[in-house]
Amino acid sequence: MSARLMQGNEAIAEGALAAGVRFFGGYPITPSTEIAESLAKLLPKVGGTFIQMEDEIASMGVVLGASLAGKKVLTASSGPGISLKQELIGYASAAEIPAVIVNVQRVGPSTGQPTAPSQGDVMQARWGTHGDHSIIVLSPWSVREAFDVTVKAVNYAERFRTPVILLTDEIVGHLRENVELPAEVEVYPRRTPKTSRAEGYEPYTPDDDLVPNVANFGEGYHIHVTGLIHDETGFPSGSPKVTREAIKRMNDKIARAEDIIEVHQEFMDDAEFAIVSFGGTARTAYEAVLNVRKRGFKVGFVRLVTIFPFADKVIRKLAGKVKGLVVAELNFGQLVNEVERAVAGQCPVKLCAKYDMTIFEPEEIEQSIDELIAEVNGNG
Amino acid sequence: MVERSYEKFFRRNRLPHLWCPGCGNGIVMKAIVQAIEKNPNYTQDNTVIVSGIGCSSRASGYMDFDTLHTAHGRAIPFATGVKLARPELNVIVITGDGDCTAIGGNHFIHGCRRNVDLTVILFNNNIYGMTGGQASPMTPLGKKATTAPYGSVDRPFDACKLAEAAGATYVARSTAFHVQHLVKTIEDGLKNRGFSFIEALVQCPTAYGRRNKMGEPAKMMAWMRDNAVMKTAWDKLSDDKKTGDKFPIGLFYQAAATDYDTAYQQVINAAGGGIK
Repeated sequence: MSARLMQGNEAIAEGALAAGVRFFGGYPITPSTEIAESLAKLLPKVGGTFIQMEDEIASMGVVLGASLAGKKVLTASSGPGISLKQELIGYASAAEIPAVIVNVQRVGPSTGQPTAPSQGDVMQARWGTHGDHSIIVLSPWSVREAFDVTVKAVNYAERFRTPVILLTDEIVGHLRENVELPAEVEVYPRRTPKTSRAEGYEPYTPDDDLVPNVANFGEGYHIHVTGLIHDETGFPSGSPKVTREAIKRMNDKIARAEDIIEVHQEFMDDAEFAIVSFGGTARTAYEAVLNVRKRGFKVGFVRLVTIFPFADKVIRKLAGKVKGLVVAELNFGQLVNEVERAVAGQCPVKLCAKYDMTIFEPEEIEQSIDELIAEVNGNG
Repeated sequence: MVERSYEKFFRRNRLPHLWCPGCGNGIVMKAIVQAIEKNPNYTQDNTVIVSGIGCSSRASGYMDFDTLHTAHGRAIPFATGVKLARPELNVIVITGDGDCTAIGGNHFIHGCRRNVDLTVILFNNNIYGMTGGQASPMTPLGKKATTAPYGSVDRPFDACKLAEAAGATYVARSTAFHVQHLVKTIEDGLKNRGFSFIEALVQCPTAYGRRNKMGEPAKMMAWMRDNAVMKTAWDKLSDDKKTGDKFPIGLFYQAAATDYDTAYQQVINAAGGGIK
């Protein structure tokens, strides 16, 4: 395929299609609307369904219903809309329904700055819905990677039967780049029952990877799906043991899958310091790393593609090798707390935060790393 | 010997149900499966029952189909997703007055507007039963609830008028007393290709009747018998006779209109996407 100039949001729509998404439900909101607009055009071309719902709650509900009926599904929104979706993101987590939720972050809280970029929804992505749920959160830094990460998000949703948050931002969403998209991608198929109803099939009996092979509706299994805590039959249970085991399995199935932790590292071989970032901010952080290295400082680049589950082991290991870390994020300070937890005191962690509608300039991140180097090495 | 062939539609191992003695929900649940039994296009394998949260929404768990017990108020969006993803499936929604007209009110009117091919059966007990008797948008004026201890001053919805105004293509009301009429009403709703809405009035002796001194369950049903007026007769009543507790039942509205899935298939055709 020849190169095409496209927006991050359009690349998400293309990635969704390539990964097999055939159902989208959404509601207009800046700066995510282009995803809905692209899919409104593209989905019917492949026999898929696009529907504009009455609100973001309904958008989440409609995709979950479609997913249970066997379609791969995606919905997209931003700040206020993502807040509305939280109730049913939790439902997807509890009832183990594959779904991808794209959050093109803008400045919050509340209506905030609708057209301006932010990365202020990091902790909401992890903990936005109530209860001890599990979730996967991924973040791309380029238009091409928006495509790739969307494919991964759809595949993880299917593999783990979980909601996956594609946490992008206005920077990447509205960025235009010349990209070449692959003709084919690796696609994880919908999981299917391994036993028949006559053999005593139970929809929520976990497979070896702790993920259940829940049947699609309309295939004769007569399954029951509920947001109440349920046992392996899918029916509600009031048992403390069932509750404990259900919550534990739901969390363990994702926590133990270390192959989904993706961290992009460069210049780390000789690094004495490193800058940790993600999404659109990582583009500026990369420039900052290049600039400080030109000035002779051995600074490495660390970019989280998988935000959650958090890359504890990777961060802990590199914290043992460097003298300090800067965490650059376009918010008041969120990911930095996760980094500090993983670093566990092995080295200083400095926050480089920004929350004024504007994206980072490389110099701003350079200043943070310079300050950290001075603090650690002394002002000499 | 009473014919009990409809029992195959229940998950016998999930019964008895959790509803209170004297509750009308079981009557409506049975009427639904009796209506299904009369329609050869509805089988246990090709029919999905979707419900919200509340007493009536627990019915899905007792019914032997693919069943989906969603979140409070959200049954219609989920059901819309099931139906549009697999149009060959029949989708029935079971909801309550709080679920459908309060927290789910927006989804309700938009489901009607789109004319999605769903059959929505609202079990109207005039109260929030599961949480112990709070006023709903369908609690009549002056009736008492735990959150309306001096009588409700909130003007109630007429859910049938709401459904009709919003675009539903089959709108009817029946009661737990008028069982044969109820079965027929649901049966006709299942046949309509489009958004069918059926309000089934049910007695809630525990959370509603007791607080409003309506007597034992049988007396609450006798009240339905005495006050429900068939639409045909209702239309002939002069306004001064339409007073007190009297209310109309029967078919209020039916219209032929393209259902959402048929309309969307035209979009797919226009886009060159072939059969979904």
